[in-house]
Amino acid sequence: MSQNQTTDAATQGADQFQAAGAYSAAGVTISGLHKSFGDNEVLKGIDMEVAPGEVVCLIGASGSGKSTLLRCVNRLENPNAGTITVGEHEATHPDVNLDAMRRQIGMVFQQFNLFPHLSVLENCTITPRRVLGQSKAEAEAEALAQLDTVGLKHLSDRRPDQLSGGQQQRVAIARALTMKPQLMLFDEPTSALDPETVGDVLASMRKLAEAGMTMLVVTHEMGFAREVADRVVFMDQGLVVEEGPATEVIGSPQQPRTQDFLRRVLNPLAE
Amino acid sequence: MAMTTRDRARVSLGIQAGIFLAVVIVLAVMVDWSAIRNSFFSIENLGPMFPEIITVGLFNTVKYTVVGFVFGLLGGTLLALMRMSSFPVYRWVATGYIEFFRGIPAILVFIALGFGASLAFGVNLSTLQIAGSALAIVASAYIAETLRAGLQAVPKGQIEAARALGMPAWRAMVTIQIPQAFRIVLPPLTNEAILLTKDSSLIFVVGMAGGAAELTKMGRDGINIYQAGLTPLVIAGFCYLLLTVPLSLLARRMEHRSPRTGKK
Ligand SMILES: Nc1ncnc2c1ncn2[C@@H]1O[C@H](COP(=O)(O)OP(=O)(O)O)[C@@H](O)[C@H]1O
Ligand SMILES: [Mg+2]
Repeated sequence: MSQNQTTDAATQGADQFQAAGAYSAAGVTISGLHKSFGDNEVLKGIDMEVAPGEVVCLIGASGSGKSTLLRCVNRLENPNAGTITVGEHEATHPDVNLDAMRRQIGMVFQQFNLFPHLSVLENCTITPRRVLGQSKAEAEAEALAQLDTVGLKHLSDRRPDQLSGGQQQRVAIARALTMKPQLMLFDEPTSALDPETVGDVLASMRKLAEAGMTMLVVTHEMGFAREVADRVVFMDQGLVVEEGPATEVIGSPQQPRTQDFLRRVLNPLAE
Repeated sequence: MAMTTRDRARVSLGIQAGIFLAVVIVLAVMVDWSAIRNSFFSIENLGPMFPEIITVGLFNTVKYTVVGFVFGLLGGTLLALMRMSSFPVYRWVATGYIEFFRGIPAILVFIALGFGASLAFGVNLSTLQIAGSALAIVASAYIAETLRAGLQAVPKGQIEAARALGMPAWRAMVTIQIPQAFRIVLPPLTNEAILLTKDSSLIFVVGMAGGAAELTKMGRDGINIYQAGLTPLVIAGFCYLLLTVPLSLLARRMEHRSPRTGKK
């Protein structure tokens, strides 16, 4: 397999994603969000705003509640208190149409979660066909276009387990995009990858950011956060400790907990 | 003198071969081979047993088993769904049923249906009805647990990914969970079919008319009819193997296949 070829395809032509601003991006508003698992209070009152088209990176130590926060936004977890709105959907409203809301929120998981019994192409067409009622031809044309933007059109008839981790994750991104989401959630999308395949995934995410997608990204990739994020939010023990432009939060953090975390992430051998 | 590992392996092999040879010699000398041949392998005295053992016996065994399996699969699916239901009464009923019928000998169910149904309700059930429903009642308890385990073996992330894309719960189950669970449960379901094939012989205790006879009944009756000792029973046994060995090979092949790709 020519890795060069896919790398080129993944990095070239950001214009292949829909032209910048073409996404009807939705904003996110989170206020007073609390979430407990039994006695364990994981989110202790989170307030956060993501503007339409904005890219926010969420950083923090393992166990600080980043995944739980992300999963509350598309209601894979049910919050105990607080409100979340995504575009025109009030995610925390008791009468919210969860399925309709989730169709407008793409999610990319650390473990990819591609459907192993379906081909790459079927992974990308199954939901548009079964849920949106698209014809096979229509869904396949859209899926191939999205696979092309992540540089994997040529692998569309493979099974997921015949792909490298990085390729699987890019398929997962394409799969989410076939639903024309207005917000994309990424939960440590590169943490389960071999180092040499991380770059292609980050390149695809950067292109998506440049195309105007609203993105909420949990990541330990400080380089990506610095270069792509409009804003960085540092969480610790269920609370937002510090937030601001990447240059400030990562470059010159004000809070001792942020400084401590970044020292350990950027300099793992120092201690 | 120290022995190398290879020497030791050779000595061990020699001892095993020696024991085997001794047993073969003792059997050859002591056993009455002509009696064995007459009792178990008097094929030449079985003329009229063929082709009936196939066209009637084997056919009926397959018929009872298939009916039991199909209805067992339906009942098992229902019980598995009840077992996983959010409504507790369904869970209790399903759990009670499953524990009850997995805990009692299947022969009790055959007796209850074969003799009890007419006593209790005054209905006369056909052999197919008795055998089919008795097998289905027992099989559905086992199949329910197999299906539940299969559904729960599909990683949670699969359903989360489907729901995150906007699939309703039922759609995620039908499109994502069940197809993956199906591959997981095929080998155990095949094993269940093997057990059912053998359990269909339990209809013997109820008795049946000639045309409805299955393999065990024909094997047992053959002992009285033909001057061939136990040979009819041996033939019946081979007929069961004709059914169970291919199923067993099939199950083993499926177990060795990767459940993800369907390839070796
Ligand atoms: N489904 C769950 N049930 C119980 N506890 C959970 C569950 N999910 C997460 N937690 C707990 O919540 C805390 C925060 O987890 P998580 O949101 O995954 O943190 P992060 O993504 O920042 O590492 C952890 O202590 C974790 O054990
Ligand atoms: Mg996490």
